[in-house]
This record gives sequence, C-alpha cells and structure tokens, in this order.
Amino acid sequence: MRRVRALCWLWLALLAIQPARAAPIPALTGPLVDAANIVPDEQEPALIAKLQAVQAQSGRQLVVATIPTLDGEPVEDYGYRLATAWKIGEKGENNGMILIVAPADRRVRIEVGTGLEPIMTDALSGRIIRNQITPRFKAGDIPGGITAGVDAIIPQLTLPPGEAIKRARQAVASQSSVSDGQVQLGAVLFWLFIFLFVILPILRTLFGGKRGRRMGAGPVIIWGGGLGGGGFGGGGSSWGGGGGYSGGGGSFGGGGASGSW
Amino acid sequence: MTATHRRFLTIIAPLALFSLSGCGVNSVPTAEEAAKNAFANYQAALQRRADLLPNLNATVKGAASHEKEVQISVTQARAAANFAGAAQLSANDLTDAAKVKAFQDAQGAASAALLSVRNTVEAYPDVKANENFRDLSIQIEGTENRINISLQKYNDAVQAYNTTIRTFPDAIGAKIFYGAKPMIPFAATAPNADKAPEIKF
Repeated sequence: MRRVRALCWLWLALLAIQPARAAPIPALTGPLVDAANIVPDEQEPALIAKLQAVQAQSGRQLVVATIPTLDGEPVEDYGYRLATAWKIGEKGENNGMILIVAPADRRVRIEVGTGLEPIMTDALSGRIIRNQITPRFKAGDIPGGITAGVDAIIPQLTLPPGEAIKRARQAVASQSSVSDGQVQLGAVLFWLFIFLFVILPILRTLFGGKRGRRMGAGPVIIWGGGLGGGGFGGGGSSWGGGGGYSGGGGSFGGGGASGSW
Repeated sequence: MTATHRRFLTIIAPLALFSLSGCGVNSVPTAEEAAKNAFANYQAALQRRADLLPNLNATVKGAASHEKEVQISVTQARAAANFAGAAQLSANDLTDAAKVKAFQDAQGAASAALLSVRNTVEAYPDVKANENFRDLSIQIEGTENRINISLQKYNDAVQAYNTTIRTFPDAIGAKIFYGAKPMIPFAATAPNADKAPEIKF
C-alpha cells in the first residue's frame, strides 16, 4: 500500500514537471482569446462580432489568440500545438484559422487549416503579416494591427472558393500551383467514383440482365450509408451558438506564415 | 460430413473469425496503412519543397544575378534538392534503418541548403526587400514547417504501428500472418537546424 502511494506521488510529481517545458495553451473561451491582455476591453466586442460574423456567413472559423509568452518555443511549433489542441474548423472541412500574437516574444503567426490552404496561401498570409500587421505593431499599435490583419483575412474567407483562389493567385503571382493540381485530381476522382458506383450501376440495372442488377445494387447502398452518415451528419458540430465556444475537429498541417516585429 | 460436424463448424467458424480479429489480423494492416499514409503525406511535403525550386531560381537569379555568393548558394541548394529528389525510399523500406537514415540525411541536407539561400540573401538588402523574394522566403519557411509536422505525424503513426505489432494479443497475428517488422521512426530534427549531415554530390 505504501509503495502504491509512493508511486502515485512520483506520478504526480512527474506530471507537475512536464508542463514547465512548453508554454501553456490557454482555454478556448471564444473567437477572441486575449490571454496576453493586449486588446483594450472596449475594442473587444467589435472584434468578436467580426469573427463571429465570418463563421455565421461562411462556416469557417477564425480565432484570434494573444499569448503571454512562448517560453522560447518557435511560434510555428506553438501554433501547431495550439491548433491541434483547439481543433478550430469543422472536421473533414478543416476550415479553421488562428491569428496568433505573442507580444512579449514579438512574434506573430497565421495558422491555416489544411482545408483553407488553397485560398489562404503561405505567401498571402506572409503579405498580410508584413503589410497589414507588423507595420502597426512596430508603431506600438497592437490592437490596430490585429484588427487590420483580421480585416485583411475576412474577405478571403467569405468569398466563394473560386474567386478566393483567384484572388490569392493575383495577390501573389509567384505562388506555385501545387494546390491547384490537388483540387483537380480530387474532382476527377470524385466524378470517377460517382460514375463507377452510381451511374454505371443504374445504367446496368436499366439495360443489363439479371447479373447486372445484382452487382449494381450493392455499391449504391454502401454509398448511401457511408456518405450520408459520416459526411454530412457529423459535419455540423456545436460551436458558436448556445453555451460554450469550441473547435469542430479541424486539422492543421503547418500552413500559414510567421513574422516578427 | 455428418450433421454434428456441420453444427460444430457453424459454431466454430464465427468463433475462430472473432478470435482472429482480436489478434492483429485487422489491427496490424490498419496500423501499417496509417503509417504508410503518413509517410505519403511526408513525401507530398517534400514534393512541395521540390516545386519551389524553379521559383527560387527565377526570383533569386533575377534579383541577385550579380551576387556571386547568392548564386553559389542557389546552385548548392539545387544540387542538394536534386540529390534528395533522386533519393528513393519506398514504403516497403520503412523497416530498413540504414535506408531510412540515408533518405533522411539527403532530405535534411536539401532543407538546410534551401534555408541557407535565404540566410545568404539576408546580407543583401536590395534582394531582401524584393517582394517576390519575401514571398519565396515565407514559402520556404512554410514548406519546412509542413515537412516537420508531417514527420511528426509519421513518427506518431509508426509508434502506434510498432506498439500494435509488439503488444499482446496483436503481436500473435503480426508474427504469424504478416511477419511484421517494426518501422524506423525518423530522428527528430530541430526546426532551425542549420547543421545538416555532410553529403557528397
């Protein structure tokens, strides 16, 4: 019994040691998490209203986080930890974004969910940081820099996808077309899938013999069950409204840009 | 086959299937595919880096054609990238420690060479201020960040796979049906590691 108790203490002690290694992740209390307390209270409602409006309009989740200290951690690593802890954006869509400001370390980062990478490219994120945000930060106007950054990001999130991609490309001519290829491949696969498993079986059922009918029926049923349940039903997760504010299970892959001032 | 035999079979067959599914018949391939998928994502991140090279050429050569130092670093970055691009590691070699290390060394050298172009250019204010170069610099950082994160995810998947094939009861199926060997995780690289292993081109 004593040994068990000793082990418990040891375990607690180890737990206590661990968090000291990395900067803490603040609780996700709303679209604006001002943990460093740099946004004046009277300006917060306007900023929060803007962030909520984006989500209501586009379904995409934009969060602003101010962090008291990074404890020497690179802002890219911290940003990824923060994003995976908060899971901003919808699951499957991965359409979340976080603007991270660490005033003590003089570092700023735009963390982009994998689903938004085509419209919020690294280069565009970098341009917003160095043209809209850091000049104001340098002048000492932190709230102004944050607001300017949010104002630059929002149009990109609320435009229809095609237009937003075009804009991202116009803004940054040198951006490579990696994401473009992926989108097209995805579309081709999607239609191929539809053709093979939906249209072909239907045609077979209409024109084919007994054998065709049997083969066609199976995949159609699988298709309906698989996508109907997982894809659409699970998507609408519980954020924004009612009581708590939370992420929707979006995932991040390191997209975005960082800057310092 | 007698009736008793048949009845025996109808009871045993589902039982056997059920017990098999509990000893790694499904979980081992699932974990293996997850790890291979994570590896494919890592390779996609590497490809993204390779796609930046033509941009690098155009941007830096255009802006700094007269700076010999910049030219040399770009040439080195291209050589390292070509070397890394030629390095092959198929999904079946992920259990081979020597091949994994050689691959990782080549990729590390390419990343370091690319970052050193950026650092070299920092010394030339007119290039540094060039808007195209600033975009490129951000893209290089973003690519390296993606590579790091995809590696992190790959290592997590490898750890899950290795745990699966080494723990009871999945270890039974792993050994009997698949002869599964543990995969080699990639060594952790610091995000700003400028010191890459020396590679002869």
